[in-house]
Amino acid sequence: MSGPAAQAPPPAIRAQNIRKAFGPVVANARASLDVTLGTIHAVVGENGAGKSTLMRMLAGIFPPDAGQVEVRGRDVTGWSTRDAIAAGVGMVHQHFMLVPTLTVAENLILGQELTRGIRLDRKAAEQTVESLGAKTGLVVEPTRLVADLSVGEAQRVEILKVLYRGAHILILDEPTAVLSPPEVQDFWRVLRKLKSDGGTVVLITHKLDEVMEISDTVTVMRAGETVGRVSTRDASPASIAKMMVGRDVVLAADRVALGAPGAVAVPPTSDLRPQTSSATALQVRDLVVASSRRDREVDGVSFDVHAGEILGIAGVEGNGQAELIEAIAGLRAASSGSIALGRIQLTSHTVRERADRGLSHIPEDRHRRGLILEYTIADNLILGQQYEFSKRGVLDRRNIDANASTQIKGYDIRPPNATLPARALSGGNQQKIVIAREMARPFSVLLAAQPTRGVDVGAIEFIHAELLRAREAGKAVLLVSADLVEVLALADRVAVMYGGRIVLIVPRAEASAEGLGPYMTGATKGDAA
Amino acid sequence: MIILAFLAQTLRIATPYLLAASGGVLSERSGIVALALEGWMLVGAFCAALGAYYSGSAWVGLLAGVAGGMLAAALHAWTTIRYRADQVVVGIAVNLLAVGVTRFFLRLAFDSSSNSPRVPGFDWFPGTAAGGGGGGSSSGLFASLINPLVLCAIVALFGVAWLLDNTPFGLRVRAVGEKPEAATSVGVGVMRVRWAAVLMGGALTSLGGVYLALDQHQFTDGMTAGRGFIALAAVIFGNWKPRRVALACLLFAAAEALQIRLQVLHALPSQFVEMIPYVLTIVALAGLVGRAMPPSALGKVAE
Amino acid sequence: MKEKLLPTLIALTIAAVIGDILILSFGQSPGAVYRLLLEGTWGNAYGFGQVLYKATTLAFTGLAVSLGLRAGLFNIGAEGQLAFGGFSAAVVGLWLPSGTPALLAVPLCIAGAALGGALVGSVPASLKARFGASEVIVTIMLNFIVLAFLNWIVATKLHVAELLHTPDIHAGAVPRLASVIPGFHGSAANFIVLLAIAAALFVGWYLFRTREGYELRAVGLQPAAAEYGGVRVGIIWFRALVLSGALAGLGGTNYVLGYKQYYEEGFAAGAGYLGIAVALVGRNHPLGVLFAALLFATLSQGGLAVNAVVPKQMVEVLTAVVIIAVAASVPEVQRLLRVSRKPA
Repeated sequence: MSGPAAQAPPPAIRAQNIRKAFGPVVANARASLDVTLGTIHAVVGENGAGKSTLMRMLAGIFPPDAGQVEVRGRDVTGWSTRDAIAAGVGMVHQHFMLVPTLTVAENLILGQELTRGIRLDRKAAEQTVESLGAKTGLVVEPTRLVADLSVGEAQRVEILKVLYRGAHILILDEPTAVLSPPEVQDFWRVLRKLKSDGGTVVLITHKLDEVMEISDTVTVMRAGETVGRVSTRDASPASIAKMMVGRDVVLAADRVALGAPGAVAVPPTSDLRPQTSSATALQVRDLVVASSRRDREVDGVSFDVHAGEILGIAGVEGNGQAELIEAIAGLRAASSGSIALGRIQLTSHTVRERADRGLSHIPEDRHRRGLILEYTIADNLILGQQYEFSKRGVLDRRNIDANASTQIKGYDIRPPNATLPARALSGGNQQKIVIAREMARPFSVLLAAQPTRGVDVGAIEFIHAELLRAREAGKAVLLVSADLVEVLALADRVAVMYGGRIVLIVPRAEASAEGLGPYMTGATKGDAA
Repeated sequence: MIILAFLAQTLRIATPYLLAASGGVLSERSGIVALALEGWMLVGAFCAALGAYYSGSAWVGLLAGVAGGMLAAALHAWTTIRYRADQVVVGIAVNLLAVGVTRFFLRLAFDSSSNSPRVPGFDWFPGTAAGGGGGGSSSGLFASLINPLVLCAIVALFGVAWLLDNTPFGLRVRAVGEKPEAATSVGVGVMRVRWAAVLMGGALTSLGGVYLALDQHQFTDGMTAGRGFIALAAVIFGNWKPRRVALACLLFAAAEALQIRLQVLHALPSQFVEMIPYVLTIVALAGLVGRAMPPSALGKVAE
Repeated sequence: MKEKLLPTLIALTIAAVIGDILILSFGQSPGAVYRLLLEGTWGNAYGFGQVLYKATTLAFTGLAVSLGLRAGLFNIGAEGQLAFGGFSAAVVGLWLPSGTPALLAVPLCIAGAALGGALVGSVPASLKARFGASEVIVTIMLNFIVLAFLNWIVATKLHVAELLHTPDIHAGAVPRLASVIPGFHGSAANFIVLLAIAAALFVGWYLFRTREGYELRAVGLQPAAAEYGGVRVGIIWFRALVLSGALAGLGGTNYVLGYKQYYEEGFAAGAGYLGIAVALVGRNHPLGVLFAALLFATLSQGGLAVNAVVPKQMVEVLTAVVIIAVAASVPEVQRLLRVSRKPA
């Protein structure tokens, strides 16, 4: 604390009462931020909490609908990227904006080229890369092609890009999402050096262990609002997790216990069937799956799902859940490990073969995978089952129409017109098509990935009831959801996925929001099952 | 002497390919598919003939040809960049339009459906005014090479290579053709860069047509005869790298020159020699001679 | 529905305007010229016969391109497939002994045409399925290869003296319409037009009534969802390009069996490339393709009808203008309609 006569410098960033909506979706409401100059400030929150939206407004990508933004005391509300860059605010995005076929030096100067006459001054560009690298610790060879760089090196180039353009307030969006542990340590060194050189860093993250390690202050966001600002010294992972995942969840759990309106009908804990006597319907062993980002996006996962149970995998999106589901469904090849459906090894089975063997799949991206938006409701209701609905190669229209009629009625799909294109329906009704279809085929295992994402409340209840119905019918349900409330409401056993691994599996009775939060955010580095 | 004549013949045949391919490389590196090279060349040829005829000067013809080619390219750019029309469809349509428009104005200006009257060319060396030094005297052949357009052709692809590697504009073209989002994130106007690349490409390509018209001292209906597609084949076979594309052009031209020499021997039917550029391109695309690496944003909708 | 028709209407309007300008530049009155055009095409039996004849070939190439586009593939090779199909029909017709009953000979020749086109189509098909090679470039290049090959084979092996066509086929000729409807006397219209209609019906049935068609359209609309639905995308691509080639190949029968009874160099005359326009204007629907084929055939024949007054090349210009205008207005119309349609 400075003495009474000295004046504290204006905050690097101060945002107040920020509101931003995209159509009906309110991304930020009453969001705020207060970043002290020369500090490392973490902004935490779950997916959808509004962190990225807020940061993008700071970087000038779009203006807020309401609220004020000040940078070093100057009102900059609604400025453009160009203004932001000129004022020294630089954002490094989660998905790199680098041209793979150009060198590091070329990527650095693109748009703000160093020239000698009409020629590109390559020497100067390369020297800039080297000198900036020496100064900050972000060392990369300037002549290497970006395509040949490791992810950690590519990230260095992205940061160098903003530094080259004069940024001294850096906004980094989930920078360690793509780094391995030793790279993360290098990264901290760089951040500390930047700070000691007078820079300010705003770090968006959901990993609490990192927040504790590197930040000076923390802002916590939830559901578009800022719910807390604490000095890291005075906080603990548990307290932060509680703020992140906190009050609302407890309220929801209370609602469930009290059977209040809006509650999902869940049988009381004592009714949950013990799973030890049930057959194993899905068996996953040591599964490793690669993604475009990493070789081990799914890093050796093993678990069983039994008939008549719902295994809920909780976790923030991006920890390998999507790849796990795709590998089980056959849409993505596994690098190693095994997947068995009952007694059948699925390794060489195609998507269709797995479906025929009794695997149903509600995909997490219904627009991309789950539906053909230009197809009618009736035609979407047979996607994946077109062989069953055709006779000798010809589509059995009568059967398809009858099926559509039954499903539309049974699932209350609106508008109830089977000839409408799926595009014309709301998210909830579109999801109902997917669920009606996947529940209608004979299956023993149902994969449900983010089944209520982007779906209105009424449809959510309905979808939950369907999943429970499957369980009651003796099916095995693997539920993957970033919504902890949903997992806690439905699952018999709860697992947490973090960093490509299952870090915890417990029976529902032993699971709680406060208990799970730290596992979801990596605060405890435990490995389980 | 025979070798020299063969090389001269090769260069002569290669000139329109080199010029058109240089325009094609520029356009495709910026992300715009260059299916209309044939059309740009044809328009360039016609406008050159028109300009040379009415002014009596080959240089005016050249300028007119370039203007015509750039106009055709501008139409291409406008519909694909501003209106995001499918680039393949527009490419084919521009080719059809070029044929129709040149024929139409051929009727209108020269009242003929097959060719224009004789127009002056770059007759810098006595003897070339006789027109078309194809299978004629070797002195006519060498003389016809003394032509600013041949010089242009020799340097065109090297010029494009230099432009792409060593200028800010070239850097932006390369960025925009590979990953336009990266360019946008640093404030580079993707549309603007593509417009420039396509217009420049049109100018260069039309020079190929200008050469044809002025060298043959007239415009003939459909005189480009598929050269634009051979140039495109060279761009693909050369993996979109200007120096390699130049070699591809020379390779294709050499095969044709060889075939002309061998015609006497009836060694290989001319039709099979004709096929060579196309077969090689397909072979390249099937990855049989190393991976084909088109610019990643080629043909994708410009947002 | 609006989304489908609007671009065509816009394009036709633009073409009409440009047509007016071109006509005026020749010192003629647009009204008079358009009337002359209509009289020369739909106004008399001979003209209409010519329209039908040209539309028949365009229908086949249009169907071929539209089928490919439904699978998300661009078949620019209709020109070569058409020529090779015609050639194949001629070869079968020459191989069959004269006196072979038409009931046997005609279907055999037609089958030959389809197989020939399918053979050519199988090249980009396998390269796409196996290597992911761009079918756009492969088909364009293959056009030149096929045409050069046909040129060689006819010039060296199979031609009638001094000419560039094969001898008359011994069997498999298809009668002209004039043999049944005297009004069509002199025009090239023949019964292959019925085959074209049958082909359109087949494509419609295939696309919208069969399981394969369901999967094919799915791949063209949303490949990720098709994959999720158990569809093997590579196989669909292969099938689509081979079928497309076969359809284009069938187009060759119009000239070779119905008109001249021999294969002639250059008979295709750009109908393969025009097929792209037909598919585009017909919005990739078999019915639309038939109408678009009639439209472009009318323009083509109309050009001849007005040639004394305005160069027939004007029609070529207008054809290209229509293509460009449709291509440019499709995304724009889509954008405007989506923006105005607010989500519920």
